[in-house]
Amino acid sequence: MLVVDDLRVSFPNRDGGFTQAVRGVSFTLGRERLGIVGESGSGKSQTGRAIMGLTAPEGRVTAKTLAFDGVDLINCPPRERRRLRGGRIAMILQDPKFSLNPVMTIGDQIVETLDAHAKVSRREARERALETLRQVQIDDPGRVYDLYPHEVSGGMGQRAMIAMMLVAEPDLLIADEPTSALDVTVQLQVLAILDRLVAERGMGLIFISHDLRLVSTFCDRILVMYAGRVVEELPAGGLKDAKHPYTRGLVNCLPRLREDRHPLPTLDRRPEWAL
Amino acid sequence: MAHAERVQGGGRRNARLLRAADSVGRFLVVILLTYLGLLAVTFFIGRVIPIDPVLAVVGDRAPEHVIARVREEMGLNKPLWEQFFIYVQKVLQGDFGRSVLTSNPVLQDIRRAFPATIELATLGIILGAGIGVPLGVWAAVRRGGLADQLVRVMGLIGYSAPIFWLGLMGLLVFYARLGWVSGPGRIDVAYEYTLTPVTGFMLVDTAMAGEWEAFGNAFSHLILPASLLGYFSLAYISRMTRSFMLNELNQEYVTAARAKGLSEARVIWRHALRNAMVPLVTVIALSYAGLLEGSVLTETVFAWPGLGLYITNSLQNADMNAVLGGTIVVGSIFIGLNLLSDLLYRVLDPRTRATR
Repeated sequence: MLVVDDLRVSFPNRDGGFTQAVRGVSFTLGRERLGIVGESGSGKSQTGRAIMGLTAPEGRVTAKTLAFDGVDLINCPPRERRRLRGGRIAMILQDPKFSLNPVMTIGDQIVETLDAHAKVSRREARERALETLRQVQIDDPGRVYDLYPHEVSGGMGQRAMIAMMLVAEPDLLIADEPTSALDVTVQLQVLAILDRLVAERGMGLIFISHDLRLVSTFCDRILVMYAGRVVEELPAGGLKDAKHPYTRGLVNCLPRLREDRHPLPTLDRRPEWAL
Repeated sequence: MAHAERVQGGGRRNARLLRAADSVGRFLVVILLTYLGLLAVTFFIGRVIPIDPVLAVVGDRAPEHVIARVREEMGLNKPLWEQFFIYVQKVLQGDFGRSVLTSNPVLQDIRRAFPATIELATLGIILGAGIGVPLGVWAAVRRGGLADQLVRVMGLIGYSAPIFWLGLMGLLVFYARLGWVSGPGRIDVAYEYTLTPVTGFMLVDTAMAGEWEAFGNAFSHLILPASLLGYFSLAYISRMTRSFMLNELNQEYVTAARAKGLSEARVIWRHALRNAMVPLVTVIALSYAGLLEGSVLTETVFAWPGLGLYITNSLQNADMNAVLGGTIVVGSIFIGLNLLSDLLYRVLDPRTRATR
């Protein structure tokens, strides 16, 4: 469904040159769950944004191939690109406190996505928005529909965000740290909802996170990124068999119960891995 | 179940009504206190200033006993607090005293001058905000581009060129050379005496009388000074819009709106500007208040018989009743517009409303 070959994203820096944030990332994705892990600045979010076509205007995106369902995303006219966005490829952002428009009701924000992609009547749009709210396990969707983002909790806000992005029934969902801003207990709830919806609808999922353990339980496949490159690709169960020293370092740093480790292991970052 | 819900709904409605009444009550108290403060300030300015209102009435050659009698008549020998009380009472009745300069009641003078200013300022702010906001949005969207620079230069000129000079140049070009607009004054003398003033607004009066020729004439008098004031406020409003918009365009919800596949126009106008409008309302309201105060320079250049000109003339002639009356009117405008922008703030930003 999604083919990414040699994706590069660069931004102009102060010296008049370009800094490469993503340096030749390649992968293919079907209707499966792909996790992308890496530390901050490793280019994982920029990879997601480049697929969405949301790279900041001063950034430059190039690739040998960047195609979604046979559509060339690099040379695709903006109008076509916009039709895909939200309609067939959707993205969930990190923190509902900032990613929901504070002056629009939750219902209006969900309906808006639908309006952009489907010809529906007002009544039908409302019905579908309420139905989607129900699907993200909001018990009284009628009430939440008319609330403003500041009137709901973080977990509720993120569920509203998911509803807003899934209402137009996309085929691919990019979740950029969807639970990092939430309380731990709420995190599991939101993940469970995401898990169920992705399974039910048979969507492809790109799950971007810095949480290695979370990604390994949630996804089928994991890409480990470091300094703008994919250093290793693993099946989710294969963390133990990681070959790249960076991945092994990450795995080694995961806290373990019932084991007293002194000194705590630290992560080794060798400049040659960034080459 | 349904019944229980209805009862609960009714309770909520009552609670909401109570809360609304409560906030209206608070509002009124705030207005009252602010107004009292305004009156106190104007009253004490009137007493502190070294102009003897008695001398202003009787002249400086009047004999001693006349001065004493007039002083008593005017109540100036009473204690200060009593004088203030009387002053407040009179003001509440709309009695600002008589203007020495025009020998009319001050209220009557203001009634004549203020509509001229309102007409000018309103058209000015409509032009200023109507053009300034879109220009600011445009500059923010094309940040660093040609449009941005263009708006910047326009704003800079509007900001830094003296308005009376712009007024004179405007008259020279559009009135004297091109003949596109009419010159100074509110309307041609030919129409002035055929028109019965009802509201004092030339455009409204002529339109109500069905005198469309006169309406056109009044408009052609109004448009140049109004454009000038509009340009002046545009300079400020567009700069503020630009900076508010830049702030909003960097927010995550804008990225989210784009991720939903909305058109760029919708992202900018419906999402970003809608949020930027919240602080912008205050900026526009205060600009409007500034224009309503009467722009003396513009009114002088265009011989516009407005409030600014009236207050300035009175001040130069030590006509304190008129000055204080004018000051109270201007103060009331500021109070009123501040409250209005507060109200609009609540309408525009759900976060400032009481939670349901």
